[in-house]
Amino acid sequence: MRKGYITGPVLGALWMVVIATTAAITMSFSTGDAFRPQVLLCLIWGTLAGLVYVRFPQQHARARLGISALLGLSCLTGFGPVLIGSGTSLQAVLITVIGIAVVMHLSMAAILKETPFGELTRHEYEDAVIRFCTGFGYIFFTAIVIIPFYVMVMTSLKSQQALLQNPLDFSVDLSQGTALFRSYTELFRDFNFGSYLWTSFYVSVLTVFITVLFSVPGAYAVARFRFQGQKAFSRSILLIYMVPMIVLALPIYIAFSLTGLRNSILGIVMIYPVTTIPVALYMLQGYFRGLPTEVEEAGLMDGLSRLAVIWKITLPLSLPALASVSLYVFMIAWNEFLLAFMLLDDPSKFTLTRGVTMLNSSEIPRQHLMAGAVIATVPIMALFLGLERFMTKGLTAGSVKG
Amino acid sequence: MSSATPPNGTGALAKREARLARALLAPTVISVSLVVILPLLAIIWISFKPFTLSDLRPPAPVVRESLRGSGDDLRIEYRLRNSSQEIAIGGVTLSDVLPEGVTPTGEIAAPCVLEGQDLFCDFGILDGGQRERIRIPVTVDGDPDAFEELVEGSEPGVTGSGPNVLTNFEFSLENYARVFDGSEFWGVLWVTLFYTVFGTIGALVMGLFAALLLNKSFRGQGFIRGLYLFPYVAPVIAVAFTWVTLFDPFSGSANALLVQMGLSSEPINFFGERPLALIMVTVFEIWRYFPLSFLFILARMQSIDSSMYEAADMDGASPFQKFWLLSIPQLLGILSVLFLLRFIWTFNKFDDIFLLTGGNAGTRTLTVNVYEQAFAISNIGAGAAVAVVILMCLIAFSFVFFRFISREEGL
Repeated sequence: MRKGYITGPVLGALWMVVIATTAAITMSFSTGDAFRPQVLLCLIWGTLAGLVYVRFPQQHARARLGISALLGLSCLTGFGPVLIGSGTSLQAVLITVIGIAVVMHLSMAAILKETPFGELTRHEYEDAVIRFCTGFGYIFFTAIVIIPFYVMVMTSLKSQQALLQNPLDFSVDLSQGTALFRSYTELFRDFNFGSYLWTSFYVSVLTVFITVLFSVPGAYAVARFRFQGQKAFSRSILLIYMVPMIVLALPIYIAFSLTGLRNSILGIVMIYPVTTIPVALYMLQGYFRGLPTEVEEAGLMDGLSRLAVIWKITLPLSLPALASVSLYVFMIAWNEFLLAFMLLDDPSKFTLTRGVTMLNSSEIPRQHLMAGAVIATVPIMALFLGLERFMTKGLTAGSVKG
Repeated sequence: MSSATPPNGTGALAKREARLARALLAPTVISVSLVVILPLLAIIWISFKPFTLSDLRPPAPVVRESLRGSGDDLRIEYRLRNSSQEIAIGGVTLSDVLPEGVTPTGEIAAPCVLEGQDLFCDFGILDGGQRERIRIPVTVDGDPDAFEELVEGSEPGVTGSGPNVLTNFEFSLENYARVFDGSEFWGVLWVTLFYTVFGTIGALVMGLFAALLLNKSFRGQGFIRGLYLFPYVAPVIAVAFTWVTLFDPFSGSANALLVQMGLSSEPINFFGERPLALIMVTVFEIWRYFPLSFLFILARMQSIDSSMYEAADMDGASPFQKFWLLSIPQLLGILSVLFLLRFIWTFNKFDDIFLLTGGNAGTRTLTVNVYEQAFAISNIGAGAAVAVVILMCLIAFSFVFFRFISREEGL
């Protein structure tokens, strides 16, 4: 197995399949025309390419360039790695051909770098396999993450007719100007989405505020003081973390129905923080434990009371942690679906997630649903990308809440 | 002379600290127990009761008052009925004050007494669907139309309450019998286990691969890390509906792609066929939660001492050997903690399946079953019984978890 003339062709063949499939999916999704990877031909072309790339070790050897160009051009004949449908525009065909040739050359040169033709050492062999897996991994993960979001955004810009006609055609006609965003204008104009956005926003902010207010003292007490039942307490926090929401939602639904809190924002604002306090408490106490006690003790020696120490020393020191916790709690509250779905019936009081659920009916066109999804996603994504460092920290500290 | 002894018991300072600690914890403890402990007890209570969605609106007497007739034949009419068709209400009374200027004439029927202008009727028990009508012949001084408004404007007082299913002390095992009855329960359990086990393992393996990819520094690493977290950060509602749209049998892009590539001759109903739907929701679960495992595993990887790998390099270890013999043993702790936690949370997952399939096509897990029983069949008691079953499983899991975590100081 560990021979250059075997490893090269095998990796080449597999890589050709990966590249051809990627090219076909990318081109299909962006033009809507027919592209089909031909697995058998891919394997043949890839084997050939692999053989050439291990035989001619020079990075841009003429034979290497030749075989890449050849397999790219072969797509024009119908015997290439990708079969291109007849109605495809010249532009798309050219992009496919050149793309496959260039990407194939660069990636094969990278994968089979320093892979001799004959006997391979264990290192050379495993390095080549790892480079292949890495390339595949990047393509695979990027594709599975991007495709749903791409479909979400593009569908929201299409019309119902166009969608049914060719579900693959995501090309956007830029000439229609602002009419492109008609789903969005309709949502804001006819479906009250502006108010949902605002409700979601202030409910989330209130949740963050109340959660921090409750969990900072609690977390400090758990982290710093010794008292009876401390261990049991920190365990029960984790345990509460594990109670499924649907189990709680049922009695809460009954209680809220009986007391008239159902269908009110007040009820939602009362219930959200309680679901997030255990998470926040758990995250914060971990952070507080990591802070040096000496600073606080110095404050105590200088005559500050405990509460003053928390206010003047601990809190300023833990601002980054507070930011992470706030962001994480904001995300939970913004994305919360189950409670909003069960407790809110009145369309004037919906949160954004509840509003989007309303759009999921057969009478409302799909692009409206997707536009709603985009509206719900964009704010949290913008926040996330802007404060990515805090968020990742918050997520890792926030344990594994799903 | 007393000799110095070490202090025993709790000192004043320690007591004060404990008191402060309790004061600081009090708000959290109170609010959390109100919203977590209380509902948990409530759900155990309800699970033993035949409680349905309609019991949320308990039966009550409903009364309408009107002034009828004309000229000499004027009468005030009270129409009383039981709002429920089946359940009897006890202690039903009606009391009203006749407005000034209205004078009753003639006799008043049996359950009612009139003292001056005060009317009081005692009906005792009102059966389900029973209606009562009381006529009081009256004369009025002045315009009957004006009095009509006066009479109908005043609300008569009614009392009476039906049996409250929630607060009485009758318990039955009917809900549990219903839940465990038949093959349905075992089907649900099997679906839950499949979903949980494969969802957890899949997310862990994918997370491990993603972490291996990103465990080196290069330009744009932060960006790609952020990108790979998207599925987890986006609202579940947005991504679930996107998946439904993407895999729609009629207008879904995935089906169009499959047909075009010749992998399938006709569109596949991904979320509507057994057993494909179950596989799809599991795949969705993996897709949505691999970022989380990825983040944790990556954090652990980056904290592994690099000198170990250097030593392995010196000894000539190959990349695979380094992975199997160094990385994996180092990651075993976090992997097992992650497995346990994710297992529990996947077991608890409700939103994803509910939004993707609504529990149809063989994807009904225990949590979806709670909703299904309580709201679709509107039998809250049965839903509560399923919830109690979930709690039992949970207690068993957390027992394992705490035994393990105290040994495995991870997280």
